[in-house]
Amino acid sequence: MNALGFPILSIMLAVPLLGAMICLFAPGSEKRRAWRSRWVALASTLATFWLGVLLWARYEIGGPQWQFVEREPIFGRFEWAMGIDGIALMLIMLTVFLMPICIAASWKAIKDRVPEYMAAFLFMETLMIGVFTAQDLFLFYIFFEAGLIPMYLIIGIWGGKERIYASYKFFLYTLLGSVLMLIAMLWMAQEAGTTDIPTLMAYDFPPEAQIWLWLAFFASFAVKMPMWPVHTWLPDAHVQAPTAGSVILAGVLLKMGGYGFIRFSLPMFPEASAQLVWIIFGLSMVAVVYTSLVALVQQDMKKLIAYSSVAHMAFVTVGLFAFNRQGIEGAMIVMLSHGLVSGALFLCVGVIYDRLHTRDIDRYGGLSDNMPKYALLFMLFTMASVGLPGTSGFVGEFLALVGAYEANSWVAAVCTTGIILGAVYMLYLYWRIAFGTLDKPDAAGMKDISLREVLTLGPIAAVVMWMGVYPESFIAPIRDDVGVLLARIERANPPGDAALVMGAPPAAAESHAEPAH
Amino acid sequence: MTAIHLIVFLPLLAAIVAGFGNRMLGNFAAKLITTGALFIGMALSWPIFLAFLAGGQEAYVVPVFDWIRSGDMQVAWSLRVDALTAVMLVVVTTVSAFVHLYSWGYMAEDDSQPRFFAYLSLFTFAMLMLVTADNLVQMFFGWEGVGLASYLLIGFWYHKPSANAAAIKAFVVNRVGDFGFSLGIFGTFLVFGTISIPAILEASPAMAGSSIGFLGMRVDTMTLLCILLFIGAMGKSAQLGLHTWLPDAMEGPTPVSALIHAATMVTAGVFMVCRLSPMFETSEAALVVVAFIGAATALFAATVGTCQNDIKRVIAYSTCSQLGYMFFAAGVGAYGAAMFHLFTHAFFKALLFLGAGSVIHAMHHEQDMRFYGGLRKHIPLTFWAMMAGTLAITGVGLIGVFGFAGFYSKDAIIEAAFASDSPMGGIAFFVAVFAALLTSFYSWRLMFLTFWGSPRWAGSTHIQHAAHSHDHPAEEDAGQDPSMHDAGPKEVAHGTAGYHPHESPLSILVPLVVLAGGAILAGFLFHGAFLEAEEGAHFWAGSIAFDTHLMHAMHEVPLWVKLSATAAMLLGLATAFLAYIRYKDWPARFTQTFRGLYAFLLNKWYFDELFHILFVLPSFAIGRLFWKRGDEGTIDRFGPDGVAAVVASGSTLARRLQSGYLYTYALVMLLGLAAAATWAMAR
Repeated sequence: MNALGFPILSIMLAVPLLGAMICLFAPGSEKRRAWRSRWVALASTLATFWLGVLLWARYEIGGPQWQFVEREPIFGRFEWAMGIDGIALMLIMLTVFLMPICIAASWKAIKDRVPEYMAAFLFMETLMIGVFTAQDLFLFYIFFEAGLIPMYLIIGIWGGKERIYASYKFFLYTLLGSVLMLIAMLWMAQEAGTTDIPTLMAYDFPPEAQIWLWLAFFASFAVKMPMWPVHTWLPDAHVQAPTAGSVILAGVLLKMGGYGFIRFSLPMFPEASAQLVWIIFGLSMVAVVYTSLVALVQQDMKKLIAYSSVAHMAFVTVGLFAFNRQGIEGAMIVMLSHGLVSGALFLCVGVIYDRLHTRDIDRYGGLSDNMPKYALLFMLFTMASVGLPGTSGFVGEFLALVGAYEANSWVAAVCTTGIILGAVYMLYLYWRIAFGTLDKPDAAGMKDISLREVLTLGPIAAVVMWMGVYPESFIAPIRDDVGVLLARIERANPPGDAALVMGAPPAAAESHAEPAH
Repeated sequence: MTAIHLIVFLPLLAAIVAGFGNRMLGNFAAKLITTGALFIGMALSWPIFLAFLAGGQEAYVVPVFDWIRSGDMQVAWSLRVDALTAVMLVVVTTVSAFVHLYSWGYMAEDDSQPRFFAYLSLFTFAMLMLVTADNLVQMFFGWEGVGLASYLLIGFWYHKPSANAAAIKAFVVNRVGDFGFSLGIFGTFLVFGTISIPAILEASPAMAGSSIGFLGMRVDTMTLLCILLFIGAMGKSAQLGLHTWLPDAMEGPTPVSALIHAATMVTAGVFMVCRLSPMFETSEAALVVVAFIGAATALFAATVGTCQNDIKRVIAYSTCSQLGYMFFAAGVGAYGAAMFHLFTHAFFKALLFLGAGSVIHAMHHEQDMRFYGGLRKHIPLTFWAMMAGTLAITGVGLIGVFGFAGFYSKDAIIEAAFASDSPMGGIAFFVAVFAALLTSFYSWRLMFLTFWGSPRWAGSTHIQHAAHSHDHPAEEDAGQDPSMHDAGPKEVAHGTAGYHPHESPLSILVPLVVLAGGAILAGFLFHGAFLEAEEGAHFWAGSIAFDTHLMHAMHEVPLWVKLSATAAMLLGLATAFLAYIRYKDWPARFTQTFRGLYAFLLNKWYFDELFHILFVLPSFAIGRLFWKRGDEGTIDRFGPDGVAAVVASGSTLARRLQSGYLYTYALVMLLGLAAAATWAMAR
């Protein structure tokens, strides 16, 4: 079965699910159930995290492409097919790492219907891990689509004032995408005669069909990513979601679009990817400039960070579709880094939101005075978001843009303006929150971060630095898988626009210009 | 663990300890740890430099560990030590060590001293990573790291809106430069398949004359790469167009201005061009651009410097101008001269800044020179230190006998410009001589206004504060006095207002004396190694593209060329003397007569206003337009909101659809699953 002798992936799915059941169905008084569900949620997410660490430790770099494979027929042609490669491993690690932090962040902020809330989170964890482990097309579809249901609930029940509108918008966008993706999946299963994802990744669909399939998948992934112009659900969803909801939304759910591109669009439809790359590049270029400028004028902290997410995700898409190693590895690192950094930034917003119950930037200012520890951590994540070398943000952006430059200098030039604009809106935000004079009495009354909050932000800060100084730990597991992907898409690789021409000796150039001599 | 490890990483360690220890550790421990780390670094750096000076020392690279590995992109943390690095090592550690020491006295009244010293040490670490980089990406790490430290230190007094604005401006303008630097790195990797500096330099000559596609154009490869990288250098070294952050950076505490915005960080651009000089040598067009921008900046900044009233801003524009000198030296191929001017400038400019800080300290945070005067007798040591700095920057000396530091380095640049066969050489020569005149004028103007004449302290609000109460304003004003913005000099009250300036404490005076020693001797002691044809080639040993022919030619320029710099210096001195000592109504009459010109210079050629209109306002306006008209007015209106309106006309239905979405969604999913199940069963 695998190196461990037990089906670790299934267990990783089962543990949070079990936790969710306990939260929901264990009897007791309301107060007691709330107390117990908090601890159950924390325990099961920590257990899953521990399993994740075990998974990473036992993952054999340079070993077979698919590891920890489990296959149990269910009925008909359906299989309970699980297995991971390095790419999935890293995204699973991101998920299981952020989950306990989310539970801790909700510890005091959530007061109503705590068991249901915790159950929703745990259920979501199961489904998210499922997305990254599923090796069967329809199994993937179930996890991928069902994973959003707890998110709707979290926004719709525990969200802010406009929560219904926000979750409706979220739903409407994703609905269209998932219908198209489902139709494409049915067609693919029919055409290839299998729903096994590894087999499909090596199956050559006819190039004309690829275009339609690619577009159908694109409709789903572009919304999840989100790419401009289907991004407008994200700011609303973030603003309305409770803090931990935003963390998971930015941290993991947005990565499903990128994962989809890596797992489906590129390897299954390489010709279509090459042909339609202009769509990706065009939308990404617009996204970087457009959403960065929009982020600049936001008054709502969460909206600002949400818009910055759209800009950062554009680095992922240009990197992935650069068709080269630096681009794809860079895109992966951007995904991991953004998951950590934007998650941490939402937690930072949550810290002060819990104290003052407003997201309006102008209500704060001068927090360096009364919250120095908070100001330091917030500065670190701001710099990571800006892509300062030494933090995780730099490694990913740098590699993705190197890749983009190899593909097309226009794309690289336009997207690199993101490093200027990113600095503008993030530093402007930081100024208005942490610098200046502490002249608002309610803001001045806020206490510095508590131990619980240090324990949520501290680990993320440590990983952000780790990934910035020694990213090899995170690149090594995906290296071979990116190699496999590159070998697969190599045949469709469009030429770059650099077209280096070596210089002719000056004399020859002269005679060429004047053929009469 | 070698010396270079200690030099580079001790400041980092000290920064971490002092920064995180903060209040627990206390002021004294934090100061001791950071300053100690830097003095150890200095003590270890000089032997490395002297070993290269003695000759025979091989360049070496000390690996630390892997950083980024992605296909051909192999980036390692490593420390490169060669002659060029050695020069920078002594400059950085020496100035930094004494600036740390100086800050003991200067920052004594500040509430957050551990934070200040942690930032200073962090800066030094980043700067050392920059100068020891063996690849472009580590250089970029240091490059951005010093940018971060600069941002934090400019905004150190974060209560002041002006300091925050200046900090953000510095970071963002530098990022504009880094935009070019980044594209330069991407392009270099694309062309050479590596970002290792030695490998690139070796492969560069073969790439000369090749062409590459860029933004739909076909351009010369090396010219493109060099210009992109040079844009980065322009940002960091505050060259014309990207210079606007440097004068504003004076919002930071004065020791910061001395260390970061005079001696070290702002010279990183010059260092980069010299480090990559074999690359720049392959593109004549790029060198012309470097020389042109350098010359233009030297001239521009010098003209603005003549009209500023804030003592720190005069020195800031002077720095900008001197950096211009270094760039056009590099642009005409005299990299040795550029590096030598960088070396001497570090000492005398740090000295001038620290001296200015001592004056500001004595004058109770007043920075406006119009409220100085007659300070020579009150703070004699500061006066003599500033005098040494002024003699050095104006280039006082006698050919063949002795000169102050700037005499050797600036004259070398002027002579090299004349001797060079670069198309920019001739223009650069005349610009350089004229800028030397202006340099002399504004430097002596500063001296005369500050130390000569009768006291004009009574008009200063800071002095009035000090004379009448003991309420110490803890932070510098940096010219926020509204009177600063008056176009035209105003009549200021004469007299001392009963105030007695006091000489600064020992921790401030010791660095002044040491740096004064550097300003006096650095040129005389080291010009041979940096500039002389044979000695220089031996010293640099290939770490820069050292042009022995040019260095020979430099010595054979006509006598009038050699004397032109001295003549310009004397002319500037004479003008300043006449205008500020002899006929004191001249400046007022000048500003009355040339109102337009004066306003143009006082307002720094209106660059800030222009950029505000061109970039800042449109960014906000377009951002708002995209948000309101784009996202909300178009995408949402025809997207989700439109769908709701079309599907359900009537608000009740719309609301029901909105609240019933979950069931719809589940239904669609179930339908999908049913379809999948059908497929699975019907084989």
